[in-house]
Amino acid sequence: MASALINVPARAKRGEIIEIKALISHPMETGYRRTQLGALVPRDIIRLFVCTYNGTEIFRAELHPAIAANPFIVFSTVATESGTLAFHWTGDRGFSETESVAITVD
Amino acid sequence: MCVVVLAASASAGEIPRAERRSGYDFMSRETRAMQDDDTANPGMLWVLEGESLWNKKTGDAGRACAECHADARVSMKGVAARHPSFDAARGRPITLEQRVNVCRVDRQKAPPLAYESRELLALTAYLARQSRGVPIDVAIDERTQPFLDAGRATFYRRQGQLNLACSQCHDDNWGRRLAGNVVPQGHPTGYPLYRLEWQSLGSLQRRLRNCLIGIRAEPYEYGSAELGDLELFLMWRARRMTFEAPAVRP
Repeated sequence: MASALINVPARAKRGEIIEIKALISHPMETGYRRTQLGALVPRDIIRLFVCTYNGTEIFRAELHPAIAANPFIVFSTVATESGTLAFHWTGDRGFSETESVAITVD
Repeated sequence: MCVVVLAASASAGEIPRAERRSGYDFMSRETRAMQDDDTANPGMLWVLEGESLWNKKTGDAGRACAECHADARVSMKGVAARHPSFDAARGRPITLEQRVNVCRVDRQKAPPLAYESRELLALTAYLARQSRGVPIDVAIDERTQPFLDAGRATFYRRQGQLNLACSQCHDDNWGRRLAGNVVPQGHPTGYPLYRLEWQSLGSLQRRLRNCLIGIRAEPYEYGSAELGDLELFLMWRARRMTFEAPAVRP
């Protein structure tokens, strides 16, 4: 299943500020809701999002129960060199998802 | 007070072509931006999944949608904007969801997909995406006319504990506020769509059932003749408006 949508410019000039958008499919179940029978629905959220640029961490976000389903995270970085941007989401119930995108800097 | 306001404008009638507005036009700048950018529009998650389902072999026949219909970007362009459309075998217009299931059962020999299941939403979202920018154009002829009339009757019939007809909000009072929300005209231009309130994609029938619950009426069942007819009428009412699926709504 295609669960993540990443938008990174394919090419950028060295030193340019680029915008990165990451959208992932996830229910973000808060853990506070109950079923009609009163049983608590167990929490199932993404806990951590990390982005690395050629292995160096450039962005990190902790996610909490109040964040909506299908979290959409937008941030920016400076294009320094050609290489790979890797995105990693981890969360409850052993959730782990990795995507990577290549970028050419000239 | 509310009753007085409704009575005063009760006979506004059908919205003229020039005044027809998509729900998009009533949204905040931020929500519009979310719909406009395919990398920010969460509906695209379902579209991408639908694309993989389109190409996946399924059912006892072991066939994928793509084996008969080839490239959906070509073969399915405009299809969602023409549904509900008449199905001779069933003797009535059927919705896009029903069309997918007819194909699954008859051609792929696979079990039908449940309404609002992730797979059915994904497939319909993928199909609907191919009609983006196409004008809505359901075929009305002597075969579909009775169903259109039935849908129109439902639209103008008062029902539920609040004793409201669809038309009282969406024909007579659109653009005004109901609590904090602007009442839209109720044109189904972007279904299936991502509703922020649902935090999910949903079909037009889910939305119609929401509205029925809102007026404290008993909602019609998914796939019922009543919802199908109402869907046909709403698509006819939105004729020539631009299809914009998968839309985002608050």
